[in-house]
Amino acid sequence: MTIQFNDETFREDYSFHNSERAIKRFPFPFDNDSYMYAVNMEQHRGGPPDSVYEKRFDVDEHYVSEMRDRAMVLADDPLRCQSLPHMTLAGWDLLELIMVSKSEDYPDLFELHRDGDQWHWINKPLGIDDRFTFMDETTLPYGPMEYITRQAQGDFCVLDQRDDNLWMDAGTVTTQADWSLDFDIGMNFFEWHAPVPLAHEKGIFVRALKFLLNIQQGAPARRLNWTLTVNPLLDTSPENYHKWGVQKTTLTPENIGSKQHLRVELQTFFRLPRSNALVFPIRCYLCSFQDLMTAPKWGRRLHRVIRDLPDELATYKGFIDNRPMMLDYLSKFDDGLPTSNGIWPELDTEPPLQK
Amino acid sequence: MSGAEKIAVRVTEKAALNDLVTRFRFEPVAGGLLPTFSGGAHTVVEMRDGEITRLNPYSLMSDPFDQTAYTISVRRDDAGRGGSLFMHNQVNVGDEMVISNPVNLFSLDLRARKHLMIAGGIGITPFLAQIKQLDRAHGNWELHYACRSEALGSYVDYLTATHPNDVNVYYDDQDQAIDLENLLDGQPLGTHIYVCGPKGMIDWVRGKAAELGWPREAVHYEEFLAPKPGKPFEVKLAVSNKVIQVGEQESLLEAIERAGVDAPYLCRGGACGMCETRVIDYAGNFIHRDHWLEDEEHSSGEKIMPCVSRFEGKTLVLDR
Repeated sequence: MTIQFNDETFREDYSFHNSERAIKRFPFPFDNDSYMYAVNMEQHRGGPPDSVYEKRFDVDEHYVSEMRDRAMVLADDPLRCQSLPHMTLAGWDLLELIMVSKSEDYPDLFELHRDGDQWHWINKPLGIDDRFTFMDETTLPYGPMEYITRQAQGDFCVLDQRDDNLWMDAGTVTTQADWSLDFDIGMNFFEWHAPVPLAHEKGIFVRALKFLLNIQQGAPARRLNWTLTVNPLLDTSPENYHKWGVQKTTLTPENIGSKQHLRVELQTFFRLPRSNALVFPIRCYLCSFQDLMTAPKWGRRLHRVIRDLPDELATYKGFIDNRPMMLDYLSKFDDGLPTSNGIWPELDTEPPLQK
Repeated sequence: MSGAEKIAVRVTEKAALNDLVTRFRFEPVAGGLLPTFSGGAHTVVEMRDGEITRLNPYSLMSDPFDQTAYTISVRRDDAGRGGSLFMHNQVNVGDEMVISNPVNLFSLDLRARKHLMIAGGIGITPFLAQIKQLDRAHGNWELHYACRSEALGSYVDYLTATHPNDVNVYYDDQDQAIDLENLLDGQPLGTHIYVCGPKGMIDWVRGKAAELGWPREAVHYEEFLAPKPGKPFEVKLAVSNKVIQVGEQESLLEAIERAGVDAPYLCRGGACGMCETRVIDYAGNFIHRDHWLEDEEHSSGEKIMPCVSRFEGKTLVLDR
């Protein structure tokens, strides 16, 4: 299906919007009415047609505008893209993975023609048509990781694997939920997760690392994570906290439905074959509360999850102060009826709101 | 389904290198290209030998960038459980086999300024792929390769012809030995050591490096253990509620699989940790042979690696 790309912004006038199709395919992260950390991993091998799980790297209506926003962030702050010297081979691995996946999964949008190491890449939505020599950095306008991640939605952490640990040794990170690549660069898995509350005590990270170290070629995995963001901001970085943090105080009962967004990360994990590194794409999806409320199941459930979330998590995710106002709004969409299991909206079977 | 992704391949070459070692070449049955891999990776080869299915890991020795074929070299072990004998005697050109996607537990540390490789016997195979990878990237490496004799020196001619300045060969029967202390002493900062060979050699290199103050992170090693035969024993699998017999020539993991229980695994050589299994109850002695568990874990009686370890005694109950 051909995608109609939005012309929209994620800053200043915030003209970002989701079409009806985008709302229906939004990866709602709660599969039941309460939430706690879990190593909720599953294999990343497709999913229901037109869902965000279907393709290896989902391309949606926000693609062109998100890439424009990334270019602006990188122009303002080049440290959002870093690759330590030993990670160049992993960068080529990532370039190959994305080019092969996108050209196979979206042949009407992307083409890759390979003749030995002479590669020809066509990215129609972004108007790119480049010929280069695979593994020869001098033939690309950027390093291989930067080149391809300027053409792929979501953040990309490229993790070196050694000493039974993973190391944040390269990445392009411009759409992050309040963490900094420049701060975390070179850290290992436990170091960069140190600020997360509750999960260490539950042994989540020890188990998660063991799982990730064993991810094999041809067997990628995925999970969802989430937070809340006021205004459809992609760049909620610590570096720019002075710009976006204050926006959390602009919520009112009148504007909360359109301003408050659920921010969901589709996190995937792929073993990179030539370098034995692991790539960790973190794809950000945004949806306003009022758009979410169009699915009765999601309205009921979001109220219950936000209401019952432990204070530590609401603090860590940065919305403890606004929680009372959110609950006032969300409670109007919760009539107490039971919800079905699973994340899908079930628009045809869930009963409409009874109040 | 446990283990890495599977690939159906056809044997397209079987070449005896010497009295002990035979090389096999695999090409995909479906045509097309095999996945690329990183130097040091292995594949797990499935051998259907009548009633018995064996899954043995072998290092990939071909060029990691050559996607047309993989090659492995198999050293015949007359006292082993029969996997290598099956490969040598039963597998022929034209046969179809199933192998796993490449898995790397012995990858190069790409931060290294120099890669110092120490190989013993058949332990040369992962280095053949790593050397091809490094040559492409103009990496700095040096190989020290100990063999029993000239007649058993697999790939010595190839290595010395292509890399006369970087390859050093030592023959046991000519009383040649690696002068390890001097070798490690003269290395530039940022050098990483890689050792693959018999257990004695690995212990020797790791011990000497530690003694000389090398950082633990700069010493890499791989020793694949083949499961050893042993006395038969009985095991109760608590989760699946089955009592199974482990035969003399099969591993505990193979016996679990034979009973229809899907147990996780990856390397099947005691190195990766994937098959770690909790012991619920036991009366007897464990024969631990893996590299994964710490010494305290071995003596705790709480865990076992069923790919290579065995048990002697009356009762063993596993959480599987």
